[in-house]
Amino acid sequence: MTDNANIDTYRRRFLGNTATAIAGLSVAPGVFLHEVAQARPADEAVTSDVRWGMLIDTNKCANGCTDCVTSCNDEHGLTGHGRPETDAQWIRKVDLRDKQTGHTQSLPLLCQHCEHPPCVDVCPTGASFKRADGIVLVDKHICIGCRYCMMACPYKARSFIHEALQDQLPHAPRGKGTVESCTFCVHRVDEGRTPACVEACTAENHNAMVFGDINDPDSKIAMQLKQHSSRQIRADLNLNTGVRYRGI
Amino acid sequence: MQNLMQTSLRILLALSVVAGLPAAAWAGDDSLLPVVPQAQDRYSKTQGCVEPTTEMRKNHMEYILHQRDETMHRGIRTRQYSLEQCINCHVSDAPDAPRVSSDEHFCNSCHSYAAVSIDCFQCHADRPVKTPNPHALSGHAKSANQAAVLPAEPHQALATEVISND
Repeated sequence: MTDNANIDTYRRRFLGNTATAIAGLSVAPGVFLHEVAQARPADEAVTSDVRWGMLIDTNKCANGCTDCVTSCNDEHGLTGHGRPETDAQWIRKVDLRDKQTGHTQSLPLLCQHCEHPPCVDVCPTGASFKRADGIVLVDKHICIGCRYCMMACPYKARSFIHEALQDQLPHAPRGKGTVESCTFCVHRVDEGRTPACVEACTAENHNAMVFGDINDPDSKIAMQLKQHSSRQIRADLNLNTGVRYRGI
Repeated sequence: MQNLMQTSLRILLALSVVAGLPAAAWAGDDSLLPVVPQAQDRYSKTQGCVEPTTEMRKNHMEYILHQRDETMHRGIRTRQYSLEQCINCHVSDAPDAPRVSSDEHFCNSCHSYAAVSIDCFQCHADRPVKTPNPHALSGHAKSANQAAVLPAEPHQALATEVISND
């Protein structure tokens, strides 16, 4: 049994590598099929070969546009009670204004999916965790609602659910007494799709958000990160965030 | 810890009672035994559920619990033992179909009889929800299906936050 399992694992890995190698071949000069290789079979676990990341170009992010916020709320069924201090929000728009020059900028702020997430460090139950592919999540089955993670997060990215909810969506289970935050639309990513906010931003032709595998040198995000300078918010904390910004 | 043990023991006891019932009694209208709604579909021609029915009556929670951790932590999204698939097959998507608070809901029909309360549906959907098409999610073209699911409350209050740099 164990031998068989080992052989199967080996075979799967070999086949996977071969498939990746084939998918990486160019069909025409400069055209690569690397996107195809990202679709992972449903029965295969995530690995650290992939690290999901997002690059946000604040120069393209329109002032006053909240398409990413709206699409996130729609995707996960986030609704408010008209109490902005405590209503759940996974992504929010932040407007920056330089008082001296009056220059204003706008950017979306969401869970930064840190490599060394402080929320995971402080979680007493192990509910706050980082998946092998770098996505930081809350296992609400284990979360006791202590909210240490909310205190620890430098980005104010997490929300606590104060009231009983109804009519949640199957792909976004949410409930009273637990903490939640941006999941990088993990249910979409596992299907090989992009997060809802990125899709909405692209659909509106703003193209301010790019999502992809930072570890894959041929991915759009890795190429852009290599070509242009980008910043992490609070880089001084050495968290190595998965979300990077251009233009700030 | 002891509490937990006692609770698990109680659950096991209750389930073993339920699982031991003669199959014919499950559909009996006049009986005091639970009336469990028919599933919407069959797993295969030869098999009703994903495992033999007797096995599912006794051990469905083990399958769901295992799948839960596999999906949450390892990103394994096979459908066979997922709670979402249980609901898709066992619960009607009709607007007036019984919700989990009712004894006529598939899960609750038996759980209320066995006096085993579950908290799955404090977070999870208790009825099938058809995934709206991706374009409906961008907020530009809301489908009727989605409008039925999401309350129309505005949620823009904190969408914008202003930070001024000195």
